[in-house]
Amino acid sequence: MTPDLDSTDLVKRFGTTVAVDNVSFSVPPGSFFSILGPSGCGKTTIMRMIAGFLDPTSGEIRIKGKSVLDTPPNKRPVNMVFQHLALFPMMTIAENIGYGLRRRKMPKEQIARKVDEALDRIGLPGIGARKVDELSGGQKQRVAIARCMVLEPDVLLLDEPLGALDLKLREHMKVELKALQAAFDTTFVYITHDQSEALVMSDQIAVMNAGRFEQVGTGRDLYYRPETPFVAGFIGEANRWKGRIERIEGEALQMRTETGLEMRATATGTLAAGDNAEIFVRPEAIRLAGSAEALSAFDNRLQGRVASILFNGAASRVLVEDDAGETLEVTLPQSGEFASLRRGDPIHIGWGAAQASCFKRAA
Amino acid sequence: MRAHARIGFVLLLTPLVLWLGLLIVIPHIDMAILSLRERISFGVYEPSLMQYEKALTEPLYLRTFWRTAVMSVLATGITLLIAFPVAYYIAKMAKGRLQQVLFLLCLIPFYVSELVRTFGWMILLRETGIVSNLLQWVGLADQPVEMLYNDAAMMVGLVYTSMLFMVVPLVTTLESLDDSVIEAGYDLGGNGLSVLREIIIPHAMPGIVSGCIVVFMLSLGNYLTPTMLGGKDSLWFTEMIYNQFIVRSNWELGAAFGFMLLVLSSVIVWGMLRLTGRTLQETMG
Repeated sequence: MTPDLDSTDLVKRFGTTVAVDNVSFSVPPGSFFSILGPSGCGKTTIMRMIAGFLDPTSGEIRIKGKSVLDTPPNKRPVNMVFQHLALFPMMTIAENIGYGLRRRKMPKEQIARKVDEALDRIGLPGIGARKVDELSGGQKQRVAIARCMVLEPDVLLLDEPLGALDLKLREHMKVELKALQAAFDTTFVYITHDQSEALVMSDQIAVMNAGRFEQVGTGRDLYYRPETPFVAGFIGEANRWKGRIERIEGEALQMRTETGLEMRATATGTLAAGDNAEIFVRPEAIRLAGSAEALSAFDNRLQGRVASILFNGAASRVLVEDDAGETLEVTLPQSGEFASLRRGDPIHIGWGAAQASCFKRAA
Repeated sequence: MRAHARIGFVLLLTPLVLWLGLLIVIPHIDMAILSLRERISFGVYEPSLMQYEKALTEPLYLRTFWRTAVMSVLATGITLLIAFPVAYYIAKMAKGRLQQVLFLLCLIPFYVSELVRTFGWMILLRETGIVSNLLQWVGLADQPVEMLYNDAAMMVGLVYTSMLFMVVPLVTTLESLDDSVIEAGYDLGGNGLSVLREIIIPHAMPGIVSGCIVVFMLSLGNYLTPTMLGGKDSLWFTEMIYNQFIVRSNWELGAAFGFMLLVLSSVIVWGMLRLTGRTLQETMG
């Protein structure tokens, strides 16, 4: 099956800075593809090249197998939901949604019917006569999507459209966007710096850093099997140790940290004894216990004191200061077992080698 | 505390009240009284509508009145047509320093007095002027060409004089238009023309209307440019007011002319607002 969107060796230079560096990817039809990266990593540049507002320095962009590089933005079969939505404030909602259809010289009655259909689809029937500024943030969001979807684009681009919403609404819109994507059965390409948006909604996520794709995969892949230190640090949170590898057998290895601790971990990529390396362990992969015996099943065990408790409901953390003086973040289970934990209490922690990813570190 | 706030309010309001009262309201009341009387003999006056009757029946006065109105509207239209692309370039296409420099370039001519600026046009356009000499040198004309003292020269002067007052409000409103709204217009299939018609112009409407009102009033009330650049046929209504007051010492008729001009500009501004469906409050506020 031809992918809906396909790019090969895409490069964009601004003067001497390389904003997008040899990026290739393809998005299968009907899927939700996210580009996730910190601000300034080049994700908006990619999106603007797909939409046609920027010309790539080199490389190729194909939509449904056909190159679109010579097609101006108003003729490309892609539409874009802008960061601040860019609804036309001088028009009513119906005029906003009908704008693209009017450009296609569709008869008036047909436009009116399509607009009504689209409003039904996004669950806002009967608001066509209202002005843009009479809508709430979430409603504007849905209108912006409907305005693109009436044109039945091959690919819908979304440029951090949830950024301007408050937290509660953002959580709600994540679910809704995914549902809208399923309802319209269109390929969505979504860019964001918010990992939770990407993880919740996407079929495939590309993690981008400094103009390159670090890893492309499902949310699960990125979370459980990060291929690069950047991905390990960017997706979810992690405790890190730097050190030197002492022994390695297959994927299992043992590292001596700079603070002198001995740790077992799983190697990612090719590593050899003597290499400088870095271990990442997620706070939620570490087990808390009152005594060392309870942790005997784990490969790595430490003891320390509770330095601080960061209460944040289900996402509460304990900061544990180990005997080497390092502070680790550990998820605090809300099962009641540790309800009496106080600052200064002695505590034991442990985690398996399978949960600790080790990456080679540039010396 | 309340008393203090009251005193502050009164103090702040005083200059405005004085300004409006002394310079606008009182002279207009006096003008109204002047225009509504007739001189019977030396030092003897009688209330009468004779001045207005004279103004509205004398063909020269009436012709000049309408000509001034039509030419001012025309000058406003031409100014808008030239200023819009300029303002669009400054607001949307130019970036950073270039934007500031271009804006400053529009402003610089207004550092010198209107007299000097108008004189600049005379140097360019007169019979022995630069353009005339250039045309002869190139060979397009075999004798000196006089380009001054006609309606075209006057129009050039009027448009040039009012340019800035159109560019500034346009740049301000166009700058407030988010670039992504224009991009969205293209993204959804619009071309240059439809984006201009459906997105840019509707957004710029407050700037267009306020710019047009200011330019129209400036043109209508302009005295210097029509006098210096216009010919014998390009009589401007302000010149007639000047003539009545200063040359003929007929203050009664001059006052009547003044009121006619005031009514004319009010009616046209009102019409302009009605036509574009805007209120004065929206446009100025």
